[in-house]
Amino acid sequence: MSTLPDGWFMVVGLEVHTELRTETKLFCGCANAFGDQPNTNICPVCLGLPGALPVLNQRAVEYAIRIGLALHCVIQDSSFHRKNYFYPDMPKDFQISQYDIPINGPGYLDLPGGVRIGIERAHLEEDTGKTTHLGGTGRIHGSDESLVDYNRSGVPLVEIVSCPDIRSAAQARAYAAELRSILIASGASDGRMEEGSMRVDANVSVRRGEDQPFGTRCEIKNLNSLRSVQRAVEYEALRQIALLEDGGTVRQETRHWDEDAGKTHTLRTKEEAYDYRYFPEPDLVPVTPTQAFIDTVRTGLAPMPAERRAALVSLLGEPNDAQIDQLLAVVEQGLDHFVITAVNAGVNAPLALTRTANELAASDRSLDNLDAEAIAATLLLEQAGDLSATQSKAVLAEVIAHGGGDPKAIAKSKGFEHMADGALDLVIDEVIAAHPDEWERFCGGDEKLQGFFTGKIMAATKGQADGKAVSAGLRARKN
Amino acid sequence: MSIVATAESVRTKQTRAVVVADETLAAIEARDGDIHAFLHLDAESIRAQARGIDSQIDAGQHPGRLAGVPVAIKDNLCQRGVPTTCASKILEGWKPPYDATVITRLREAGAVLVGKTNLDEFAMGSSTENSAFGATKNPVDPSRVPGGSSGGSAAAVGADMVPVSLGSDTGGSIRQPAAFCGVVGLKPTYGTVSRYGLIAFASSLDQVGPFARSVDDAGVLFEVIAGHDPMDSTSLAISAPDVMTDIDGGVAGLRIGIIPELMDGSSDEVRARVVAAQDALREAGATLVSLPAPELLLGLAAYYLIAPAEASSNLARYDGVRYGNRVDGADVSAMMIATRTAGFGDEVKRRIMLGTYALSAGYYDAYYGQAQKVRTLIIETFHRIYQSCDLIVGATTPTTAFEFGSKTADPMSMYYSDIFTIPSNLAGHPAISVPFGTGEAGLPIGVQLLGPALSEPTLFRAAKFLETEVGR
Ligand SMILES: [Zn+2]
Repeated sequence: MSTLPDGWFMVVGLEVHTELRTETKLFCGCANAFGDQPNTNICPVCLGLPGALPVLNQRAVEYAIRIGLALHCVIQDSSFHRKNYFYPDMPKDFQISQYDIPINGPGYLDLPGGVRIGIERAHLEEDTGKTTHLGGTGRIHGSDESLVDYNRSGVPLVEIVSCPDIRSAAQARAYAAELRSILIASGASDGRMEEGSMRVDANVSVRRGEDQPFGTRCEIKNLNSLRSVQRAVEYEALRQIALLEDGGTVRQETRHWDEDAGKTHTLRTKEEAYDYRYFPEPDLVPVTPTQAFIDTVRTGLAPMPAERRAALVSLLGEPNDAQIDQLLAVVEQGLDHFVITAVNAGVNAPLALTRTANELAASDRSLDNLDAEAIAATLLLEQAGDLSATQSKAVLAEVIAHGGGDPKAIAKSKGFEHMADGALDLVIDEVIAAHPDEWERFCGGDEKLQGFFTGKIMAATKGQADGKAVSAGLRARKN
Repeated sequence: MSIVATAESVRTKQTRAVVVADETLAAIEARDGDIHAFLHLDAESIRAQARGIDSQIDAGQHPGRLAGVPVAIKDNLCQRGVPTTCASKILEGWKPPYDATVITRLREAGAVLVGKTNLDEFAMGSSTENSAFGATKNPVDPSRVPGGSSGGSAAAVGADMVPVSLGSDTGGSIRQPAAFCGVVGLKPTYGTVSRYGLIAFASSLDQVGPFARSVDDAGVLFEVIAGHDPMDSTSLAISAPDVMTDIDGGVAGLRIGIIPELMDGSSDEVRARVVAAQDALREAGATLVSLPAPELLLGLAAYYLIAPAEASSNLARYDGVRYGNRVDGADVSAMMIATRTAGFGDEVKRRIMLGTYALSAGYYDAYYGQAQKVRTLIIETFHRIYQSCDLIVGATTPTTAFEFGSKTADPMSMYYSDIFTIPSNLAGHPAISVPFGTGEAGLPIGVQLLGPALSEPTLFRAAKFLETEVGR
């Protein structure tokens, strides 16, 4: 699995920030919404106006506990601290966060392959505003102008800190992917990395030998996709190894991942690190959820990805490697209920899985409101032979585009009629008769012409013919 | 006339709110040129509020318990649309878009909000000499300070410009100026009065409270502003306290503690008045017990770590980005530094630096951490004391009002003027300062009564008793 030079090992821990899907912000009643006009969801509290005070959103506490339970964490009484540093997107010039006593203590996450990654903590904190630097360098120092949107200021976040248990870039990606699925399954977060609602930082170090102490680590920021996580971790480990092999030393620092260049570069060194001057937030009281409340949250928790993968495995019996890849993808994307609905309707599990993993997963449309029954009905038609595979895919595309619909009606509107027995034989004979030269060459061993005949037959049947039956018909006549 | 009587006259149309307002404006006109209690005053707004009260009464409505009563507001409480500066250049011109909860409660009670009073910048100080807009003078002797930080609110009442006002008390900022100006001042139990809209100095210590000419007026104003507020997480989930029902109940049967350390270093004249108060309490049937508690003197040192630490964080937001004054710089850091350098006065800078240092990595345990331990010790000490008594009687301040400039060169001597008041803030307990005669130069002397959490009804009873004995 490791792509590192012989004898080198990497140690990785991930810090994942995820925004909670609460209606309102962490400490005020403003809407927690993405994409609104700048500075419209703001009030004295989330603008940090003089005299304003925070009041903790109990729904955010519930969502944080959901995440803690999903990660097998110890749920505990906790408190808030202030993390002090000056930055224009922080209205109070401090961030309210949890420090020594997080709401969720130690837990773990099991990767699909079975490797267990420890969770150190998962704590609540508020998000900052969002700064846009215009002109000049485009960064905070040296830009002509900086604009701040405080809509995001005070949005609830949970920061999930893993133990340094990750040992490869692929594992880092798998951890981030599994965590994302768990967050979505918990209902606490939408896990949208592209919108920044889930953000990943990676702590990477390397060592010569698995029994050696950890090396000096660097923190990599700006990992905006699962692909970036894997690439950046791999790059950073190789960079550190090259440095050490040249006789250099790794400097503890924060580095920025440049996705386009495929490189990390120094953001700030340890010497430039902030002294956050943490101290207990005097404007808030401790968070003390009752055991009864925690139990209620636990009871309401939806099945987690591991359990859902197991459910698909049991539907498939003994899945092959390709099917295992498919079911991982289907659960990761939250599409497993389409498989289950189809199987419950009578569709065989491999067909339900493969169509979900390909046709549904590949769609660039939102599947949030897609009617699973319509998908199942389409697959039943395919299974019965009323639709060919090609036709079924075309109907599925239509169902997905409209969020549902009657597959029979769609098939009819597309002219997909069921072929009567023997009709295919007639078409095959006609096509062969119309192209005697090509047929002779095909029979003489020119296999490339198989595609030519298949295409002509498909065109003549408007794609209605079953590919396998066409192939069989051609071979039967050839011999 | 008491504020209850004023409100009653306004309600029964024996007088009109506009008449009361005009009298108030005339009193301010006559005195404030010399005293400088007010930073902001809008005569038209005052008259408009008063007309609103009168028209409610004309329409047969009940405008509330403080109908037409003029109330002055310390300028660290947010009032919608009215300049709120904390006596700092950094907030000059800023108008809050919202009302503090206490302001809302005053409006709902029919009070007329007179104006914003002077203070030490961001409530940091004991004389109002740290105001960026000039000091307030003591109405009894204009060569002397009115105390601080709520000096403007104390002086406005002491000079009879308004009958009552609001202040805030972090380490004595209501009680010390009340004592210096000869008025009543209460620091309520932490969490009984909402801090929402009070511009924070030290969040775990700050509490809003009333100034008044009489104990009764202070009690009524306290009842109006107190009670649970969901906008303040540290607000106690209790119903509004009732101090007026038993305010005339006297002191017979009360056990009153005397802490020698809370008189330590007092001038002879202050000591004499405290002894006179003790005698009066004893003669009226209270039992006096001496309870030494040297631990309480550690409060001053703990306070000057905890309060600056919280302040260093609370005042970080004044960075020129969103509101208040901005001084431009080459980049955002330079802008923030230039803004804060120009905007804050020396005492504020001193405390921000002190607090930043106390919270810094490597120093936290030795300073902030140690101060929190002392705070716990003080709470435990009070707990022990209140096993043996119901209230404590002592001096509010070691001396009477001092002269301008006499302590500005030595911050430590200024800090010492809060030594008797600070322990109540650290414990979150209530304490009240009642005028109890004067010293040799005719300067007012305050007696301080301290009690455990939520003991305001008992404090007011004892304070009312002392008020009646002030002549002895
Ligand atoms: Zn808000």
